[in-house]
Amino acid sequence: MKKRVLALTLVIAMVFALALTGCSKPAEPTTAAPTEAPTETEAPTETEAPAKQIVVGMITDTGGLGDESFNDSAYLGLTKAKEDFGVEVKVLESDDEDDYGPNLTAFASEKYDLIFSVGFLMADATKAAAEQFTDQNFAIIDEGGIVLPNVAGLTFKEHEGSFLVGVIAGLTSETDVIGFVGGMQFPLIEKFQYGFQAGVKAVNPDAQVLVNYTGSFGDPALGKEAALAQHQLGADVIYHASGACGIGVIQAAGEQDFWAIGVDMDQSALDPEHVLCSMIKRVDNATYLATKSIVEGTFKGETIEFGLEVDGVGYSDEAGNLSAEMVAAAEKYRAAIIDGTIIVPTDLATFEAFEVPEL
Amino acid sequence: MNFTIIIALIASAFRLATPLIFASLGGTFSERSGVVNIALEGIMLMGAFFSVLITYLYGSAWLGVGGAILVGIVTSLLLAFMAIHLLANQVVVGVAINVLAASITAYFLEMVWKRSGQTTSLPKELSLTGNPQSLAFLEKIPILGDLFSRFTPFVYLAFVAVGVSYYVLFKTPFGLRVRAVGEHPRAADTLGINVYKTRYICVMISGALAGLAGATLSLGTISLFREGMSVGKGFIALAAMIFGKWHPVGAMFACLFFGFTEALQIQAQTIGIKLAPEFLQMLPYVATIFALAGVVGKATGPASSGIPYEKGEK
Repeated sequence: MKKRVLALTLVIAMVFALALTGCSKPAEPTTAAPTEAPTETEAPTETEAPAKQIVVGMITDTGGLGDESFNDSAYLGLTKAKEDFGVEVKVLESDDEDDYGPNLTAFASEKYDLIFSVGFLMADATKAAAEQFTDQNFAIIDEGGIVLPNVAGLTFKEHEGSFLVGVIAGLTSETDVIGFVGGMQFPLIEKFQYGFQAGVKAVNPDAQVLVNYTGSFGDPALGKEAALAQHQLGADVIYHASGACGIGVIQAAGEQDFWAIGVDMDQSALDPEHVLCSMIKRVDNATYLATKSIVEGTFKGETIEFGLEVDGVGYSDEAGNLSAEMVAAAEKYRAAIIDGTIIVPTDLATFEAFEVPEL
Repeated sequence: MNFTIIIALIASAFRLATPLIFASLGGTFSERSGVVNIALEGIMLMGAFFSVLITYLYGSAWLGVGGAILVGIVTSLLLAFMAIHLLANQVVVGVAINVLAASITAYFLEMVWKRSGQTTSLPKELSLTGNPQSLAFLEKIPILGDLFSRFTPFVYLAFVAVGVSYYVLFKTPFGLRVRAVGEHPRAADTLGINVYKTRYICVMISGALAGLAGATLSLGTISLFREGMSVGKGFIALAAMIFGKWHPVGAMFACLFFGFTEALQIQAQTIGIKLAPEFLQMLPYVATIFALAGVVGKATGPASSGIPYEKGEK
């Protein structure tokens, strides 16, 4: 414990030193100013009561840090929060599902101000921990079903992001046959499917969307076979929401030369010439905003859906495969979704009732 | 339903069955000699990873395949040593190897590629996911040519392996010894057959085949390695082995049946036929249970499978 106090004092000293060097250079560009100002004003309170330092903890899913997906993205948001608000960030990695409970308990016993569970697989463990440690605040990614005053559910409007890549797919397809490969068929993945189908319908009402569910998120071979089967029937753009199966989808796209659309993060590195774009979930924005609510004291135990309006979801094209007109079309629909002109369907019933409004 | 779709369906079934065929042949060798190989799953994972690693380092996919076989043998030696020499419980050792394989591959992935989750894609010229150039003439055969064009080198290898395994197990003196050792090791021992040596060799063959199965998953399917990519196929291969009554040809048909139900399920969904995919996905396992319960013929394994043999024990 003494070591920790020492480390904390050193950190504070360093923050001070940074702030002071910043002051000595009044000619700094204006962008640096906002970060310096709060550090200076906060610093005196910190020295008075170091215990008031806000600490957020993050429990990774079994993927751990370095997965270039959810966990990394969540951590990125916290790193940004650390820079902007001076909070302290602690991470525990879960090696398997049995670690969730002990990890949560460990952080809760340390009385951290906010504890993130990254992934809906941690729902049960998080609920149990939140019921046990009622004074501690928790936030869980991708789970909206926990109704407790100290748990915030951070979910995403995947259907909105999927709608935009659907628009892009609808405009890209030359055969008017488009594919969707899902992992397991349950409401979360159906949001991707129907959002995507609605996007296709909006720009290309004649296009047919082939749908496959592989029944797995872990078997790339199944994803590949599903994509090959869809391509056999003419699909030239295939969107996947199937975890590791998607690697197979992208592999098939490379072999048979058609377009694949990635999911969750920018997947263009797998095959820059065949990944058209990716629907991205900005987990980093969610963890950042949740940390902000703690800092500002506005944290509430509610489910928040991050949509296009707060950049919770979107599309990404690091390989630069999208033409300017496609981006323009996607942006037009983005604006329409944000202002409420388009309400993106999330399931079969809303999809069947979905009418494309004139833009 | 047109002809091309049927060809696509058959090709898909063969591709999905290929890794299972290798692994279930491996299981057959091992169990025929009296060693239960639960570690197939882990050995596959090792093969999948090291084939990609060696291909990545040395720029030759076939060297990678060789590496997968070698790594498979080395991993299986661990099982052999514990199960045959130290008389350990074979199932427990197998499970331990599965856990070990998952960790070792994840560790080396982190070390070599500085990332977790998956490796980077291998360059296209190093892929083994298409019909090999040397067999391109098969594509000129009318009607069937289209089928061959969708195969990978591993598909052919799998069928060669089935033929060789059948020959070795049932047509050679060595095969006879293997089966004798698996049925009644003491009797075999009194006749001068070296039980330990026979079991060692069989477990090593099993490791080599499971390593090859792993290379099929990575090099032969997606040209990269992803953590845990064997997703239980080692256990499915064991089920196929049982369904195939511990016989190489039977195991092959079982694997083809498993691959076919999977492929059928995918094609049916794509075409839009409302066939409950869950039902088709369930079929292989139901079939295995029926086989074990003796409904579809009698499935009895080698009598001494799973029992460590100790010389001089009464």
